[in-house]
Amino acid sequence: MEATTEDRWQKVVYDTLKKNGVTIFSYVPDAGHRMAIDLSLADPDVHSVALTTEEEGVALAAGAHLGGARSALLMQSSGLGNCINFFSMITGGKFPFLTVLSMRGDYGEGNPWQMGMGKAVRPILDTMGFVTIEITQKDEVERAIDAACTMAFQSGEAVAVLLTQKLIGAKKF
Amino acid sequence: MAKSSEAKTAPKFDLDRSVAVPQLIGKQEDFLFIGGLAGTAKDLAAITNDGSNYYGMAGAMGAAVSMGLGLALARPDRKVVVATGDGELLMNIGALATASVLNPPNLRILCVDNGHYGETGYQKSHTSLGVDLEQMAIGAGIKSTMTVETQDQIAAGARMLRESNGTCFVLLRVKPEDGPKFKRDMDPASTRVRFLQGMKKKA
Repeated sequence: MEATTEDRWQKVVYDTLKKNGVTIFSYVPDAGHRMAIDLSLADPDVHSVALTTEEEGVALAAGAHLGGARSALLMQSSGLGNCINFFSMITGGKFPFLTVLSMRGDYGEGNPWQMGMGKAVRPILDTMGFVTIEITQKDEVERAIDAACTMAFQSGEAVAVLLTQKLIGAKKF
Repeated sequence: MAKSSEAKTAPKFDLDRSVAVPQLIGKQEDFLFIGGLAGTAKDLAAITNDGSNYYGMAGAMGAAVSMGLGLALARPDRKVVVATGDGELLMNIGALATASVLNPPNLRILCVDNGHYGETGYQKSHTSLGVDLEQMAIGAGIKSTMTVETQDQIAAGARMLRESNGTCFVLLRVKPEDGPKFKRDMDPASTRVRFLQGMKKKA
């Protein structure tokens, strides 16, 4: 999988998750995660799980943990709203949980339909008891994903990494 | 010419779940279990004596199939049975599509369909109103499916849960009655630890 200079950080997201022992990647297709999704599909050493709705990935991660595996849920920020009730199982059950969100409705957004969820992402994560790590620069990606994996899989926290629109850029309308 | 709706026999919600579910499962030690909330959680708690091969929910409605899929992918060496109700499965029916595409050979889905939302006062669910969950499983692409609604079908259902080489789906239609009265541990964290300890012992 060739990464252009522009999306090389997307490959770093995938490689860093894999380096930290993630073997189950779940996602609803999303442009911000295009490279990681394609890499997981092409990788015979991991399970690449296309979901019909993001909340499936929350339950999938909990089940994977029961079986001793590490899972990461890749989603667009709009998918966070679909997950909220299932987060009650994660925090109530003290399941380690890691999600990487590509932000919409964030810095420079030009689609008003994205703004409602975009503005709600941080308050929702705070309310549901998550640790939230924001990435704004390409050279922060590896360190931030490493930190997130440590907090999720060693400290047993629910962790969300936000790939902000300062990092990924805003789609043009 | 008969219309297909006339040719189809009406679903039978006759079996007693506290008898039929244990008969379908057989020797419970052979499986890992994920139980959806309410009735199926009690069914499995009674069958396993709230054991360390069982994780049951009391919330997060709609999570059971996806959780079982995660467990099945993580532990390909163990057979995983998800038991879920009609209401819970309807809440996240797309999970059948996800499971079907992955098709882990060790995943078994048992839907105990009583046609009602038992926990909230026995309001009719969609399956009392013409929705057929086996047909939805077939539509999702699951290759091995069957409906068990009479006593003489239980042996074949048990065989499918035990021997299927791909993800399978068994729809068990039962009377609209509560599951067994079983006082289970409802703490999602302590039961998680219990399950992990059980997995260590087996390893």
